Amino acid sequence: METMQETIRPPVNEKVQEPVISIRHLYKSFGANKVLEDFNLELMKGENVAVLGKSGSGKSVLIKCIIGLLKQDSGEISVLGQNVAELDHDELDRIRVKVGFLFQSNALYDSMTVRENLEFPMRRHWIKMSPDESDERVMETLKNVGLAHTGDMMPVELSGGMRKRIALARTLILNPDIMLYDEPTTGLDPITGREISKLMVEVGEKYNTSSLIISHDMNCIRATADRIVMLVDGKCYADGTYEELKKNNDPKVKQFFE
Amino acid sequence: MALPRTWQNFLDETGDMSRFTGRFFAQGFKPRYEFAEFIHQCFIIGYKSLPLIGLTGFIMGLVLTMQLRPSLIDYGVESQLPAMVGIAIVREIGPVVTALIFAGKIGSSIGAELGSMKVTEQIDAMEVSGTNPFKYLVVTRVLAATTMLPVLVILSDGISLYGSYLGVNIKGITSFQLFFKQVFDALSFSDVWPAVIKTFFFGFAVGMVGCYKGYNSQKGTEGVGRSANSAVVVSSLMVFIIDLIVVQVTDLLGVN
Repeated sequence: METMQETIRPPVNEKVQEPVISIRHLYKSFGANKVLEDFNLELMKGENVAVLGKSGSGKSVLIKCIIGLLKQDSGEISVLGQNVAELDHDELDRIRVKVGFLFQSNALYDSMTVRENLEFPMRRHWIKMSPDESDERVMETLKNVGLAHTGDMMPVELSGGMRKRIALARTLILNPDIMLYDEPTTGLDPITGREISKLMVEVGEKYNTSSLIISHDMNCIRATADRIVMLVDGKCYADGTYEELKKNNDPKVKQFFE
Repeated sequence: MALPRTWQNFLDETGDMSRFTGRFFAQGFKPRYEFAEFIHQCFIIGYKSLPLIGLTGFIMGLVLTMQLRPSLIDYGVESQLPAMVGIAIVREIGPVVTALIFAGKIGSSIGAELGSMKVTEQIDAMEVSGTNPFKYLVVTRVLAATTMLPVLVILSDGISLYGSYLGVNIKGITSFQLFFKQVFDALSFSDVWPAVIKTFFFGFAVGMVGCYKGYNSQKGTEGVGRSANSAVVVSSLMVFIIDLIVVQVTDLLGVN
């Protein structure tokens, strides 16, 4: 028993980490359809957590509640120590500067060039910058996603994988502390999916972000996540590393690894 | 007793649209003002509609003149042709036809644009980028439509009258000065101002319906198509309903 206590005790002088996202007893329903029921999750600083679940299991609803696009019925979502439900519009905007959201459909503005797409969040969040600094930031971010030459192209001229990279660049341009990925590899071929997964790991290290990855793509999850939370029937059904969950014999867990 | 389903849907839709309009007035006049986007929308909605509105206005004036001429000749009042065309265009045909063309072009484009932005999560992306999408997308477009349509109608009226002048000269000879003197002699201030004021309401209705349909588009490409289509149908209908109301009001006020 003594040995066990010693192993779980944090090493001397190591600061106890605060979660960057903390979700407690989250409930969300649409009419009679209960999507999230008493869902709990903690994302620690520097950690990459994947939320795994079937289509329609409420993964996207969860991530939209975190960023304040949807309002939960009850429960608490704390992002960087602030309760999202209690924030007014301006406070929520200040939190959103620190949280990057990669949309499933990329959500690039069709009427703007790639450069304008990247400048949009900086402009709208009142990031004070000279035009030269802004250009430099755009070019640097585009280089980081491997698409430095696309600044003057329109989103419609880009391939699916390129659009995903640009969407990722747009979320990274504000140097976020947290990245929320909504199905980052859905709709991409396996090779491009692998490239995007690799890029997610690279930018995570480069920008020192914590990530919450919503997906049902096991290859992406395996490549990007330190820990997996399984969302089943609106609840956190299982929690562990890829290897731990792979060994789990529960049929609901097993089906994702077959 | 329950209402039939179609009536329930109609009342639901009317209620939703009223709430949407209320939201416009609640949010539209509070800072942060999206002035740059408003000017951009004025350019797209107003300036880029000019060739179509101008062409239809020209044809409208020309055709109306050519079709009225035989009847006026029968009654022996051919000399009244400029006056009659002028009153018809300025009071009714110019505003209504221009508003219908405007509904077809702008209503559908706003419905489709906002609808596709909705289904591809661009509206959500705007919100997480520190932008109130309702102000940025809806308020600017509705205000641009409301302010640009009256300008387009006045320009269209002018082009229609020029078309009419050419129509008069196809089978006769009337000088430019005489034609327009007859037109303006026949028109009074009470012919012009109700016609101009109602175009603000037409523009507001077209912008609001287009934005409502697009902003509340259902998922998928079918939803976008339906938004664009119903934006045109409903806004065209609204133009006629507003026209009917304005006629009754001006009649009651004795400005006919």
